[in-house]
Amino acid sequence: MKAKPTALKTLDIVSLILLAIATYLALVFAPTERVMGDVQRVFYFHVATAWVGLLGFVVAGVSGIIYLKTQDLKWDLVEQAAVEISLVFFFITIVLGSIWARPIWNTWWTWDPRLTSASIVELIYLAYLMLRQGIEDPDRRARFGAVYTLVGAISVPITFISIRLFRTIHPVVIGNESAAADGGFAMTGDMKTAFFFALFAFTVIFIDLFWNRIRLGQLQQKVEQLKLKVME
Amino acid sequence: MIENKEKRSGNYIRAIGAVAWKDLAAELRSKELLSAMLVFALLVIFIFNFSLELDAKTRTSVTSGVLWATFAFAGTLGLNRSMAIEKDRGCLDGLLLAPVDRSAIYFGKAISNLAFMLIVEAVVLPVYSILYNTNLFQPGLLLVILLGSIGYTAVGTLLSAMSVQTRTRDVMLPILLFPIILPVIIAAVRASGGYLQNLPFDQILPWLNLLIVYDVIFTAIAFMVFDYVVEE
Repeated sequence: MKAKPTALKTLDIVSLILLAIATYLALVFAPTERVMGDVQRVFYFHVATAWVGLLGFVVAGVSGIIYLKTQDLKWDLVEQAAVEISLVFFFITIVLGSIWARPIWNTWWTWDPRLTSASIVELIYLAYLMLRQGIEDPDRRARFGAVYTLVGAISVPITFISIRLFRTIHPVVIGNESAAADGGFAMTGDMKTAFFFALFAFTVIFIDLFWNRIRLGQLQQKVEQLKLKVME
Repeated sequence: MIENKEKRSGNYIRAIGAVAWKDLAAELRSKELLSAMLVFALLVIFIFNFSLELDAKTRTSVTSGVLWATFAFAGTLGLNRSMAIEKDRGCLDGLLLAPVDRSAIYFGKAISNLAFMLIVEAVVLPVYSILYNTNLFQPGLLLVILLGSIGYTAVGTLLSAMSVQTRTRDVMLPILLFPIILPVIIAAVRASGGYLQNLPFDQILPWLNLLIVYDVIFTAIAFMVFDYVVEE
């Protein structure tokens, strides 16, 4: 068995340090928001984890297409890793968002486009994992997984648009300021530092997890092959 | 034998017709699928009647929702059954051996699935109209039902071809299908509700557009990836 590459070990440590700094920036360094108070600090990690979730979602969809084109099982591994990371990070996003929404919107949950789309993505991922579990043949498992991520990747934006046709109360902090949004605010300089650092830190964490997960998948394949060899 | 000759002639449309006709002819003889779907649909309406207290006031706002929930549930029953029959009797292998483009099989199955769904809807609508003393036979509403059913069966046929090949088969289909067809349900419920409440056409139009876009996109996707789903 190959030992863990040094680059990956270094990246593990760098990710941890970056996470610690991002936590410090979000909880201590950034000024307290005037209207919402300390609960606004959730925002930095909320957006950063959502970003990682989205990254995973896009990577999964794209590697699904590449797999169908090349039939190379390597891409199936990439797709599965992306789905699993995205699943976890969207879940963190939703939980953080709910913690923020309780005092600000006075409710844990609302059927807003982003909330609904994020939870639908979670359900699609769970269905994806269940689908994979029900198939033994690795090639078929990879093909079905790729087809399903592709179908999901196209359906989720349509879901988003269709719910957006209703009115929304989710604030849009980046880009235009929506007047109807509840809990919107303008970022000051220090807030921006904390925010962009959190985005950066979580992107590195995404790469680190992604790498680790792919390595794990490769080891898994090797174990399966060895098992088959023993059985013969 | 006549069917075989038609396929060999390479006529794509006729191949589609043959696959669809095979299903319809088999169904007309056994009436297994349609009777199960119909009874199930009527039972769903009964359950809704008692769980929602469908009195005159609530009915105006929930009718479209009740109808689409009924169609969606009855639809999975039909989709599951129609693919399971192919799989169990080795019929699918026979179809795949036929010298026609695989997508012709997809379109044939999709058309027969659509036909079953429309037949069920054609029975549910008058029954609902009689039970609740409302007239559901409006051309606009019928158009919405047609568009919604096309989107539903376009995705449903693809995913049911996947779910029958998994270990958990029957359970798998709704889990795979519902998160993907959510846009169809949202748009169809909104558009049907709009027609039932006599809203102006420009408020219904966005939902109709959404349905048409969904139908086109997913028919195209299914056409492209169906090969990967039935490949051995």
